Amino acid sequence: MTVAATSRPPRRRFRRLGKVLRFIAALSLVGAIYTAFAPGIYADEPKGFTAEDIAKGKAIFDQSCITCHGNNAQGVDDRGPSLIGVGPAAVEFQVNTGRMPMARQEAQAERKTPMFTPEEAYFLAAYIDSLGGGPAVPKGVDLNDLSNADVATGGTLFRVNCSSCHAFSTGGGALSSGKYAPSLFPATPTEIYQAMLTGPQNMPVFADNQLTPEQKRDLIAYIKYIQNDQAQGGWDLGAFGPSTEGLAIFLVGIVALAVATLWIAGKS
Amino acid sequence: MKRRKLDVKQLPAKAAGELDDRFQLASPVRKLLTKVFPDHWSFLLGEIALFSFIVLLLTGTFLALFFDPSMTEVHYDGSYAPLKGIEMSKAYESSLSLSFDVRGGLILRQMHHWAALLFMAAIVVHMGRTFFTGAFRKPRETNWIIGVLLFWLGFGEGFIGYSLPDDALSGTGLRIASGITESVPLIGSWASFALFGGEFPGDSVIPMFYILHVFLLPGILLSLIGVHVGLVFMQKHTQWPGPHRTEHNVVGFRMFPNYVSKQGGFFMLVFAVIALMGGLFQINPVWMFGPYKAEVVSAGSQPDWYVMFLDGLVRLFPAWEIREFGFTIPAVFWPGVVGMGIFTMLPLLYPFIERRLTKDKGHHNLLQRPRDMPARTGVGVMSLAFFVICTLSGANDIIADKFSISLNAMTWAGRIGLLVIPPLAYLATYRICLGLQQHDREVLAHGVETGIIKRDAEGRFYEVHQPLAEPDEHGHTHLEYNGWTVPKKMNRLGALAPTLKGFFKPIEKPAEKPAVEPGEDREEITAGKN
Repeated sequence: MTVAATSRPPRRRFRRLGKVLRFIAALSLVGAIYTAFAPGIYADEPKGFTAEDIAKGKAIFDQSCITCHGNNAQGVDDRGPSLIGVGPAAVEFQVNTGRMPMARQEAQAERKTPMFTPEEAYFLAAYIDSLGGGPAVPKGVDLNDLSNADVATGGTLFRVNCSSCHAFSTGGGALSSGKYAPSLFPATPTEIYQAMLTGPQNMPVFADNQLTPEQKRDLIAYIKYIQNDQAQGGWDLGAFGPSTEGLAIFLVGIVALAVATLWIAGKS
Repeated sequence: MKRRKLDVKQLPAKAAGELDDRFQLASPVRKLLTKVFPDHWSFLLGEIALFSFIVLLLTGTFLALFFDPSMTEVHYDGSYAPLKGIEMSKAYESSLSLSFDVRGGLILRQMHHWAALLFMAAIVVHMGRTFFTGAFRKPRETNWIIGVLLFWLGFGEGFIGYSLPDDALSGTGLRIASGITESVPLIGSWASFALFGGEFPGDSVIPMFYILHVFLLPGILLSLIGVHVGLVFMQKHTQWPGPHRTEHNVVGFRMFPNYVSKQGGFFMLVFAVIALMGGLFQINPVWMFGPYKAEVVSAGSQPDWYVMFLDGLVRLFPAWEIREFGFTIPAVFWPGVVGMGIFTMLPLLYPFIERRLTKDKGHHNLLQRPRDMPARTGVGVMSLAFFVICTLSGANDIIADKFSISLNAMTWAGRIGLLVIPPLAYLATYRICLGLQQHDREVLAHGVETGIIKRDAEGRFYEVHQPLAEPDEHGHTHLEYNGWTVPKKMNRLGALAPTLKGFFKPIEKPAEKPAVEPGEDREEITAGKN
């Protein structure tokens, strides 16, 4: 304790305390206004799971998931994370793409033939939702008919948000230490929506305040458009860019012309 | 009036006569038409580059009619739906309209790009042929240097051309080029400002690249190619050693009609391969990449293959940043600037380095077989191994992703491989060359293996050898190795009846009876028991 601090007049000390109090009051006011007016991150609409769905889901969970995700989905250290609050979209995405249950612990769960039917996944989603809510695909978004979506906007959003990992071609790409951004070709529109909403594995979350449901729809429409589009100008060589083009010029161009040189020089 | 009779047969001779009367063409043209070229398949590799350059000029002229290198911002209103209404530069917009709305535009754009890849690939293959056969030795050092310069000019020309459409993929490459420029100590920032007319990307670089790409660099390339081919005419083509071939003659075929018809046919084949690739394989789909924006980047971004080794080297180099005396030297400086400097200078100086080491100051018109110069062949294979590892590392993220290998493992494999594999490749090549030399000498001394195993009275097995000359009392032949192919199979010595001529099907009737009846006129091979 310094001499200066003890000899400070009390008036100044109170003034300083008042400053802090005013600052806290201002912060609380701003926070309160934000909470009152800002939209919730996830639309809180009723998801319509029945008690029966939840019970069926719990039965499946207790048989197939509990080893890693633990009792009441609370998680097991070094084996599986807690699922409380992950939401039905995450459950349906992971189970319907076959990523869960995982075959083994590795850098990343890969897409494979699903172990459960979509109905069973729905029950599991109901059970996980009953434990703590979380994001679900909003009912109002029509992902079956994308014909009226804006693919140009979707393309711009894709190039800014997605191509850095999934590549321009939507074919996926490598991340560090064996992780990867998967190819988007096998993914259905609903799965892409669920992935954006929940950010599975190494993917960031694109919640509704980052990409609105409408923008997500445009994005999905763009992904499906270029995947179903014919490859202009011939076979796309796997759409890997200049690496397979370089391979092709040696395997096709140089090999064909080397045979031609043998033929021409052999004709003497 | 008497009708003049037109003698069609005499027309060319008469026309040529008239021309000669005026321009005195006969003797230079005769000299040209009767010029002799040696014939070997490997001498045709350089022509692939020459012919793809011609295709580049033809297709490039077409593209230049429709491409607009302007950075004016426009809103796209062409036929490609996913880009409708998007803001982009005129350069990108005209590349899209060239691809989708100009008749024949897409195939010519693709042919142009494939021809560029083929041009560079053929240069590398041709350079390998020249290197491994020692064709760069005195008096042809100048042509070697011109060849190396042609590679680097093609490298620059290709990179600039790839950047012209102003799409997001090539923009990423340009960003890397600007980063490498900025990494140079002292002048880096200013050099980059000069290149881009201010902060990257600016709006002056594409118009400047355009004039470099369509005028300046092709002009320099064309004149250097002229000198390159002219020097081959003047200094005469090298040839393989062989019967009647010496340092002072050229054995082969005359320019006309043999060589001209072969070259004409070959040009059409090169054109056909480029056209087929342009029509069958998609290349550089710029519409998928979108217009260049600084915030857009894609996974799996690579440059064209001939730039990929540089990308790979940058990926492999450790992140060593040096900060001394108020200056920062970023890690990219070492592979991007120092590495490139070494890669440019070493090949340029190689003929002189080799001359110094071998002390061979002679005049050489005969080629060397790669096995006869193990050290040179080893250096060549070592450089190729280095180049291939760098190039593969330029695509290491694609390899990692598609073969489920960790990207970190790929990087470390590249780093270790770059240091370990080239020396091993040198050693292995050196040993293989010595082995091949030894086998040549062995065949010259003992003859060709016939595959006939005999057993003598003592029960000893031996293989019957066909000596290449009359053997001495020990069964050895004393033949000098003359730097040419040594026959290793009985077929090469005419053990089989001559094969029918023709590449796809015989062009002559098979003889009624084999020219030589086996076992009738031929003696059994018994000589050379050891």
